[in-house]
Amino acid sequence: MNHQQPEPLLTIRDLKVHFFMDEGVVRAVDGISLDVYPGQVFGIVGESGCGKSVTMKALLRIVETPGRIVSGEMLLRRPRPDGTVEVVDLAKLDARGAEMREVRGGQIALIPQEPMAAFSPVHTVGSQIIEAIMLHRDVNEREARKMALQQFRDVGIPAPEQRLDEYSWQLSGGLRQRAMIAMALSCNPLVLIADEPTTAVDVTTQAQVLRLLRRLQEERNSAIIFITHDLGVIAQMADYVTVMYLGLVMEQGPVDKIFHEPKHPYTRALLESIPSIHTAPRQDLPTISGSIPHPFNRPAGCPFYPRCTKYMPGVCDQQTPALLPVGEKQLVSCFLYHGQSQEVANMEVTA
Amino acid sequence: MTTTNSQPVLGIKHPVLEAKHPLLEVRDLRKYFPIRKGFLRKTVGHVRAVDDINFFINEGETLGLVGESGCGKTTASRCILRALEPTSGQMLFRTEDGNVVDLALLNREQLKPLRSQMQMIFQDPYGSLNPRMTLFDIVGEPLLIEGMRNRRQREERVAELLRLVGLRPEFMQRFPHAFSGGQRQRIGIARALAVNPRLVVADEPVSALDVSVQAQTLNLLLDLQKRLHLTYLFVSHNLSVVKHICDRVTVMYVGKIVETATSQALFARPRHPYTAALLAALPVADPRVKTGNVELPGEVASPAHPPSGCYFHPRCTYCIDRCTTEAPAYREITPGHFTACHRADELDLAGMA
Repeated sequence: MNHQQPEPLLTIRDLKVHFFMDEGVVRAVDGISLDVYPGQVFGIVGESGCGKSVTMKALLRIVETPGRIVSGEMLLRRPRPDGTVEVVDLAKLDARGAEMREVRGGQIALIPQEPMAAFSPVHTVGSQIIEAIMLHRDVNEREARKMALQQFRDVGIPAPEQRLDEYSWQLSGGLRQRAMIAMALSCNPLVLIADEPTTAVDVTTQAQVLRLLRRLQEERNSAIIFITHDLGVIAQMADYVTVMYLGLVMEQGPVDKIFHEPKHPYTRALLESIPSIHTAPRQDLPTISGSIPHPFNRPAGCPFYPRCTKYMPGVCDQQTPALLPVGEKQLVSCFLYHGQSQEVANMEVTA
Repeated sequence: MTTTNSQPVLGIKHPVLEAKHPLLEVRDLRKYFPIRKGFLRKTVGHVRAVDDINFFINEGETLGLVGESGCGKTTASRCILRALEPTSGQMLFRTEDGNVVDLALLNREQLKPLRSQMQMIFQDPYGSLNPRMTLFDIVGEPLLIEGMRNRRQREERVAELLRLVGLRPEFMQRFPHAFSGGQRQRIGIARALAVNPRLVVADEPVSALDVSVQAQTLNLLLDLQKRLHLTYLFVSHNLSVVKHICDRVTVMYVGKIVETATSQALFARPRHPYTAALLAALPVADPRVKTGNVELPGEVASPAHPPSGCYFHPRCTYCIDRCTTEAPAYREITPGHFTACHRADELDLAGMA
């Protein structure tokens, strides 16, 4: 679309991850596409069961059985030592193979939701970070320790030498999350996935962690995929936002467009339903009727139609709308805009 | 807040005189947990989870109790329900017939008739419902305890309660697993309302719910309050929700109350640096408003080893020498606005727009 933009670092096309259970098939991710550019904070927002975490697990090829990547491609553009760029389809790699192990933690790193559960309690945080560095880089233990120490300094951990030899349970929530960030960044990943990195910490700690991520991202020009259900956090952090619902992308666009010109009825309803500075106190909030359907009872057609106020009988319940452009860099999957998006698409072709 | 009172103000105004009808007044409430060590389990110190707090709740209002994890907000609310035994202090509750009783002094038997007047809504809609009980058993159990032996009568009342919270009475014989998080929270609310309570303690009632379901639950709580004239103690760490639902807000930090004011006053013009820091840290759902730029250094103090003077001083940007040695008194600085900060009068702190 836009020729000035560099090539995306990561391209996901029509990714489907299904879970084959005894009771039936759960289509956790059902055909999502996205592009992540270098230097971008790519926000993914959605409620429970929307497939945001499964998408990231697919990217790292750590989807648990009975889950499986059914189709789609995940292209990572990574630089080679000779300066050229190599495109590798992560979906085609062997999940247990050496190449995938190199990507995991090396080129794509993860900051998990619960730093308490992610660190081993019987090894010091330092030894775990050193292990990760030695796995991905050709260095000895002394050099690795030095690098780990530098990472600890970068993320603002006070008394880093001492902290490196402590166990995760000796650190406070905020420090633990910082140590986790240090570990994720230790191999200079191209893409950093932050999966709800601040849900387990307090508001003031959250502000610290978010500022830290922002600063590190600006210094390193890597890309961050930021997953959260908190619209406030996404508004403050992301450059580009994808709104997901039941395994599908509802809307994608620059953060300002998503919050100030939302197109999809789901995005609109979601934004209206949160109490903000502008809502009148103690008055009823606009709500989204009903609740998120159980994964086995996924509605046919657009997954949001039973809760949608703009539902068009005979259309929305018959077909799944495609994700089409509705303006510059903004895409929406809703039949309300299908006529219009055709026009926009035509205009772009002629322009 | 209230200007009807024409009594001369000498020092701290008595909260009870200020309030119209306080349903509950908490005075100097303390809850210390002993730290035991060694073979003899000798007490070597105390975790001051709740340390001398004072507040009141007027009848029919919603008081928000906010603070970060470990600040004592849940402990305080559990003490009020006597789910925990307070270490000291008074909890004056105005009963239905107008008498004022101190909940802290009552024994189990004396407490029983009051239990139905104070009920609780829990945070986790999954953990707080017994998966082996049907909705009828769950919502009907408090009725049975209260002495409603007739099953027919109970069924009628449960059906009425389910309708009240927006669930279909036909669901009565189903088990909780058949319901979504939002519906389960409604079941929990129905159970709390079964015995016609006057005070409802809601401990983070919407934090476990999805965004699209949160609004429904908040609307339901507001609607029920209007219809049943309920009084809420709303415990939460989510300031946007608190701002929306509460009349007045109390902010706690390491076991102490740092500020209490009407919701409007607290959010527009906080008088304690900690409150201001909380407001500044709140991520606003608007990319054009940049928040979170004020860095609050360090970590929350431990209630087992609190710092000297004002507990907040190691993290406070406005800290002066006096703050490090002398604990600030919790005082009323403008009518209805209480704060514990030495510099409350001189500081001009930013609130939310």
